[in-house]
Amino acid sequence: MEPEPRIGVYICHCGVNIAATVDVEDVAEAAADLPGVVIARDYTYMCSDPGQELIKRDIREHGLNRVVVASCSPRMHEPTFRAAAQQGGVNPYQVEMANIREQCSWVHKNKEKGTDKAKLLVASAVAKAARLGALESREVDVIPGVLVIGGGVAGMTAALDVADAGIHAFLVEKDDHLGGRVADLNRTFPALDSASDLLQPLIERVQTHPHVTVLLNSEVSEVDGYVGNFQVRVSSLGDGETGEPKGESTGASALESIDVGSIVVATGYDVFNPDRKPEFGYSDYPNVITSLEMEDRLAEGDLTVDGRTPERVAFIQCVGSRDIQLGNPHCSRVCCMYTAKQSRLVREMLPDAEVTVFYIDVRTFGKGAEEFYDEARGKGVRYRRGNVSEIYRKRSAPARVVLVAEDTLLGQPIEFEADLVVLAVGMEPREDTSRISQLLKLPRSADGFFLEAHPKLRPVDTAMDGIFLAGCCQAPRDIPDTVAQAKAAASSALIPLIRGFVPVESATAVVDEELCAGCGMCVDVCPYDAPALDELWAVSRINPVLCKACGACAVTCPSKAIRLQHFTAEQVLAQVDALVE
Amino acid sequence: MALKTAKMAEQLELFGCIQCGKCTGGCPVARKTTLNIRTLIYHMLVDSNMDVDAHKELWDCTSCFTCVERCPKDVQPAELIISLRGELVESGRIPETVGTALMGVFRQGNPSGLARQDRELWAEGMEESLARAKQAAQEGCDLLYFVGCIPSYDQRIQPVSRALLRTLEDAGLDVGTLGTQESCCGNEVRRMGEVGLFEMLAEENGELFRSVGARGVVTTSPHCFNTFKNEYGLDEMEVMHYTQLLADLIERGKLTFTKGVVPEGEEGKVVTYHDPCFLGKQNGVYDEPRAVLQAIPGLKLVEMDRNRERSLCCEGGGGRMWVEGTNLEERLAFQRVQEAAETGAEILAVACPFCLLTLEDAVKVQGLDEQLRVMDIMELVDLAWKADSEE
Repeated sequence: MEPEPRIGVYICHCGVNIAATVDVEDVAEAAADLPGVVIARDYTYMCSDPGQELIKRDIREHGLNRVVVASCSPRMHEPTFRAAAQQGGVNPYQVEMANIREQCSWVHKNKEKGTDKAKLLVASAVAKAARLGALESREVDVIPGVLVIGGGVAGMTAALDVADAGIHAFLVEKDDHLGGRVADLNRTFPALDSASDLLQPLIERVQTHPHVTVLLNSEVSEVDGYVGNFQVRVSSLGDGETGEPKGESTGASALESIDVGSIVVATGYDVFNPDRKPEFGYSDYPNVITSLEMEDRLAEGDLTVDGRTPERVAFIQCVGSRDIQLGNPHCSRVCCMYTAKQSRLVREMLPDAEVTVFYIDVRTFGKGAEEFYDEARGKGVRYRRGNVSEIYRKRSAPARVVLVAEDTLLGQPIEFEADLVVLAVGMEPREDTSRISQLLKLPRSADGFFLEAHPKLRPVDTAMDGIFLAGCCQAPRDIPDTVAQAKAAASSALIPLIRGFVPVESATAVVDEELCAGCGMCVDVCPYDAPALDELWAVSRINPVLCKACGACAVTCPSKAIRLQHFTAEQVLAQVDALVE
Repeated sequence: MALKTAKMAEQLELFGCIQCGKCTGGCPVARKTTLNIRTLIYHMLVDSNMDVDAHKELWDCTSCFTCVERCPKDVQPAELIISLRGELVESGRIPETVGTALMGVFRQGNPSGLARQDRELWAEGMEESLARAKQAAQEGCDLLYFVGCIPSYDQRIQPVSRALLRTLEDAGLDVGTLGTQESCCGNEVRRMGEVGLFEMLAEENGELFRSVGARGVVTTSPHCFNTFKNEYGLDEMEVMHYTQLLADLIERGKLTFTKGVVPEGEEGKVVTYHDPCFLGKQNGVYDEPRAVLQAIPGLKLVEMDRNRERSLCCEGGGGRMWVEGTNLEERLAFQRVQEAAETGAEILAVACPFCLLTLEDAVKVQGLDEQLRVMDIMELVDLAWKADSEE
């Protein structure tokens, strides 16, 4: 039997954020009279150290067993106050918050009404607090292994960092070779290093590392489990006609089922297909090529079109990027730099050729990038502001094409003849992004790429614990940024594995097996696969590690056999009663 | 007349513009007049006032909507021109010919200002069919044929309308038409900036269509087709250009040709097709007109370099049938017929009454009439039908 509630209530001023619109002293006074409340105070900043000390001291001096903090959103400081209460000796699940900032002071102007609303919110939180039970914190062991999906620069870098830490990495690649898109490149900006010089050592290290298992011609087909304990099935795509798979040396091709503790997604991107911009006539004219085709041409040292050495070479930026009509609102972040690189290489290869870049904005933000752009112009590359609208061919000059554009700095429509036109094609989410998204339950952002947990503070985490993002599957980026993010993803993936356990949320749904009829509706409705039917006893059981406490099962259960701890019907109804009384 | 720019810039969501220049770069008239839609947008964004009167080049726009198609930020540049014209219409400062056309629509239901009771003259020689179709519309029919102003009154286009009605009847369709009740669709009226008159026409015509209760409406002109499809809100009706309907009939085997347009033993005729802006660029109808041409025996279709999404505007849209614009010398139609002639084609096929008139005129001025003949696809269909009916 729980002892009688002894509740402490703390009203935060949040500087003037709350105090300017809510009479905090009045709210504290009113709270003091609520049933179960032993002490009610207001303070400038409850989240500050002295604020937290206040709670701890009151717990000791007044024998509190419940704490209510009326301040900001629980998303902001619930962990802070739970920790403070725990240090003071109160179970962290017997702390309740009233949001009188975002849901009160920030959205109201009238102080009197704001104060009244804050009083109600506090009364509601107190009513719930009185009924909160103690919950135990739990943890589960982890499997020391990391699955890395994608064998490009991102995936290989992440796998190597994991392996160097002594944890085994399983690298799954769809293709018959490692290297990803970088394998299609010739030289890289801004130092003009050869792409194969970057890639070969990386591939060699991956293939020979004792802690890396490479699975080529393979894809992840099934993922079960949760952070620390994922069960992954990998299916072979067959080695096809491509000859000997290079990964055979690692002796891993027979593997089908892998258990790992965390997952790094490094699935990369698709290259924009310029046929979706028919006005450029990409499929009509041999003079019009993509930047990737240009990489091949530069590697071969052959820029001729139908045997003719070009005299005028034009580059068109932003093809398939920054284009809302195409559904690609994003900037692909690499095209400005690779165009500077390619245009500069053309100037070096063909000193007599006139090289012109048509652009909207030049974005050269990486280290050494602006300097590289300066050098390209220094080499005589002409930059003309205005993006090309259309390409056509005149019957009178069939060897060339005509770029139809406006030079926006001159304010002059122009027709620009060129022998070779390079379309700076951008990056798109991979076509199979939705498959991976369903497989791993990863949300996507509006641009179609995978969504990170927080754009600034958690850029490699995802909404799914234990699954991390590396490289262009999250957003377009260049090689240095990809490597940096891959290393960050590897470190994050290692955190639970090196700690050895993962904490488990205690406020989960539980089944009262006496009431459960085994209908399975909870199994159908759960987005996280947490409930499962025990066939023998014909009851549902909820895996507390998988449960995210969304409550869908609890409201669906026709027998009312499922209780969402910390949000029980009794607790929630008491909150509602306090609001309407 | 100084226009306060802020409100219009906001209404038209011009703030999305990144000044990339694809609009002006792709604009067919920007190359020959001072019209620069990108700088107009820029002025709207950075200036507080605009002297709209000073921009005589506003009347150069053909509303081909290439700028709208090309804009990566989904700004609708052409709508700015329409709105600015609207300001001029509002204050009555418009070219006289535009005023006359608008007045004609207001009084007689057509921009030529010809008598409403003469709107049926196109059906000369097929009065029985017309009477049947009018009766059908009265009693409620499956398909409504909207003839349009130019196809009703212009002697050059009238045969196209006749051939179309006859073909629809022949295919066994339950087709009706509105006769003198039909009024201008308003597509050009809206593009000349007369929004109020357009809304009136849309309401009247829309009500008329609904009273017929037809499942679909088919038009001679891509211009009528465009406004019915995109601006009338006829959600319950399927709006079709006649080339779509014919392509569908051909595909389903309801319309077939056996003899074709060339007597047996003679070599086929090379035909090239000019995509009308209001059918192609603005509504993505590229394949159906070509499918009709390819179904006619004796025709060999070749493409101009600028085809489909890159088709060159004939300069007949956006009210330009009634206002010359600021550069009469270099007509786009001249360029276009040269491009057609360069393909070696002897027929330049079109699917729009405006294109037919502008390109045919250009063929004459350019002295190409010996080698190139401009024909509506419907006329070629009619030739093939006549060949098959001569037993």
